[in-house]
Amino acid sequence: MTDIPNLPNIDWKDPALAVRLKRRNGKDNWLCWAGLGALGAACLTLVILLASLLVSGLPAFTQTHVTLDFEILAEKVPADDPGKGKFRTIVRDAIYAHFPDITNRREKRALAGMISNGAQYELRDYVIDNPDLIGSTVSLRVPVSDPYDQLAKGLIDPQTPEENRRLKDAEIANFDALADKGLISKPLNLALIANADSRFPELAGLSGALWGSFYALLVCFLISFPVGIAAGIYLEEFAPKNRFTDLIEVNINNLAAVPSVVFGLLALVAFIGWFGLPRSAPLLGGMTLSLMTLPTIIIATRIAVQAVPPSIRDAALGLGASRHQVVTGHVLPLAIPGILTGTIIGLARALGETAPLLLIGMNAFITQAPDSVMDPATALPTQIFIWADSPERGFVSRTSAAICVLLAFLIVMNGLAIYLRKRFERHW
Amino acid sequence: MLGYLLLVILIASALGYLFNYYSARRLTASGEKLHSLAGFHGVYAICLTGLPAFIFVLLWLLFQESVIEAIVAGGLSEAELAGMDEGQKSLLMAEIRSAAQGNVFGEPKPFMMAAAESLNNLRTTAWMALSVCVVAILGLGMFLARRKISAAFRARQAVEKVVSGFMIFCALVAIVTTLGIILSLVYESLRFFDRVPISEFLFGLNWEPQIPIREDQVAASGAFGWLPVLLGTLVITVVALVVAVPIGIFSAIYLNEFASPTLRAVAKPLLELLAGVPTVVYGFFAILVVAPALRSAGASLGIDIAPNTALAAGGVMGIMLIPFISSFTDDALNAVPRSLRDGSLALGATRGETVMKVMFPAAIPGISGGILLAVSRAIGETMIVVMAAGLIAKMTVNPLDSVTTVTVQIVTLLIGDTEFDNPKTLAAFALGLMLFIVTLMLNVLALTIVRKYREAYD
Repeated sequence: MTDIPNLPNIDWKDPALAVRLKRRNGKDNWLCWAGLGALGAACLTLVILLASLLVSGLPAFTQTHVTLDFEILAEKVPADDPGKGKFRTIVRDAIYAHFPDITNRREKRALAGMISNGAQYELRDYVIDNPDLIGSTVSLRVPVSDPYDQLAKGLIDPQTPEENRRLKDAEIANFDALADKGLISKPLNLALIANADSRFPELAGLSGALWGSFYALLVCFLISFPVGIAAGIYLEEFAPKNRFTDLIEVNINNLAAVPSVVFGLLALVAFIGWFGLPRSAPLLGGMTLSLMTLPTIIIATRIAVQAVPPSIRDAALGLGASRHQVVTGHVLPLAIPGILTGTIIGLARALGETAPLLLIGMNAFITQAPDSVMDPATALPTQIFIWADSPERGFVSRTSAAICVLLAFLIVMNGLAIYLRKRFERHW
Repeated sequence: MLGYLLLVILIASALGYLFNYYSARRLTASGEKLHSLAGFHGVYAICLTGLPAFIFVLLWLLFQESVIEAIVAGGLSEAELAGMDEGQKSLLMAEIRSAAQGNVFGEPKPFMMAAAESLNNLRTTAWMALSVCVVAILGLGMFLARRKISAAFRARQAVEKVVSGFMIFCALVAIVTTLGIILSLVYESLRFFDRVPISEFLFGLNWEPQIPIREDQVAASGAFGWLPVLLGTLVITVVALVVAVPIGIFSAIYLNEFASPTLRAVAKPLLELLAGVPTVVYGFFAILVVAPALRSAGASLGIDIAPNTALAAGGVMGIMLIPFISSFTDDALNAVPRSLRDGSLALGATRGETVMKVMFPAAIPGISGGILLAVSRAIGETMIVVMAAGLIAKMTVNPLDSVTTVTVQIVTLLIGDTEFDNPKTLAAFALGLMLFIVTLMLNVLALTIVRKYREAYD
């Protein structure tokens, strides 16, 4: 029989004990609630972040247009070269036609300001495409300028005192008159995707930024994917364990934590200064981003290669394959889903990276989408930065809309990475 | 042009592969026993044709423009360059470049048109020379590869050597990048310290880098003491940590100890989502929502808050760091051996007491490593502060005031300015060097702490 140790005599009915226990449980509860509060706060900020961006970005997904009848008079548009036509006056005449009472020059100018500056170019392109329209009247839907767009979306309050408003009472009345005739419409803002950047919010779009980001990411992928895989496989499968290999490893881990702006400085000095690459080019941006993505891909490769069981290597080696053949024939094919997942995550991070691109001039004002990796371009995040800095009211909602586009891309890329992981995950 | 060249290289490589592959197959057909598979003979041909040609093209392109421009610049006579400083010279070169592309503005001087023409001629010559060299390399490679075909030739070993060389080169890219960062930062910083004494930079209490670049410009007289910038960075970092550390640690404790598995499965990805939001988005969030909200809250309390207060930038940066801290805390708590926890619970401690008195102290090294990494992140974070923090350096620790940071100064000093010949732009590199050193030390320290502590339990 074992000895029962002498337990202290506990009086379980002692009220002091109950109080103590209650106090301790109370502390427990407090900790639990504090944790829940912290978690709630974090989730709440996420919700506020997304909701505020969505609410402020939603207006930018539509654009107010006005439908007008344009008289393409033959004396104003030469048939042999329609591009040289006087479309500016044609556009003005079309809007004046709706307000025959307005003859005052100043009021007329205010009236012409209702139509976006891009309307004449839309009309020009339309006529160039259909030259047989010269001499007839064309009914076309053209964008209105930013203040009227804000008015139509209810972002300018007509109740505020006139001097604090961007539109005077008379201008609002003119716009309302057109609206009463049913000429105002708010279709989907296709210019947001189709156009490149512009000084005028109603014409500004993301196509230049999207193409710039695409080219930069393409370059980044073409460099960092092969280099990252090769480096990862070398370190995991071939490298001798010595101080030099340790040095490389420490280096890779440190590179992953170097502030991104430092990579921008490196690109500025080395790529632009020493090698003379053109500023603002997606090639340069892609090279800079690839230096930052490289550690991610190397680390992903190493983890994926480590996960391949040694028995597979041993079997292949036992059948007479060389170590290189083992890697190319067996280890790499088994590790590639993991590597791809890491690569996509790295590219998604590169897509959102802004600071190094600012330093190499990918924040220039460029009104044309790039045709190649050498043309100057902006990228999606730098375009967001430019628009966030612009004083025009219309750019606030466009910035939010651009952020929504960026976040959509990130969600798609990360979703793809998660899908790949789930689909090809193997347990040995 | 380049596309055609690459196409030629690709075709030549394919041809080389096929030639060698079928020659090797013919040897097998004639009854000889190959040492290496026919495919390796083919790849060996690629290693001798396409690979060197491709490397040659890359190297050539890397240096072509700078060499050509040096030649053109050297061709300009002394009289034409008389009285020009570095900046004007590079402006002249830019004009010549754009004239060479056919964009002529105004009435250029005849010598500039001549230079532009010689630039174009040199470019054409360079392309011809490159094409000839590439074709020669391809031909020579094919010839050499064909000569090597024999049953005894160890094509596999040769190919594997090339592949190993490529892999070692790729592994070295990391080291080259680090070296490049250090070299470029140190080089430009030394040029800066030539103009501004290093003691003034390190210990000066005044930061007014907006010096006149042209002679008649109205600007500050210029002062380059980085301490106020550093102080501003620290203020914002402290604000960020005050937000991130408690929220991150408490939410990690909750998820680790109290949360049901379902809540855990939902909440963890949500926290990760916070980490995936690009920083430019946080920056816009700070100026769109947080700063105005803080300002109106301050106004209702009667406190005057600057429009670009450190609270807004720091607070939003704190939100960004929450998932960072929480995942490090989570890892550290998970790494505490189960026996410690079970022992504590078995002795009658409540769950809260177990976490706070047993698990948390054991996890402190891991958590502090995570916090150090978060500090390094906060110091190096750029976009949030560029958008939401101020530009003027002040010696203040008041978070309601507007302060500036190292990264803000780097970006504002370098945006739009390409010439590295005045202290204003060079100062950015000195700041970058300090930023690199500080973050590197923090990272190394953090990794050492984390590693040491892991060893203690394994």
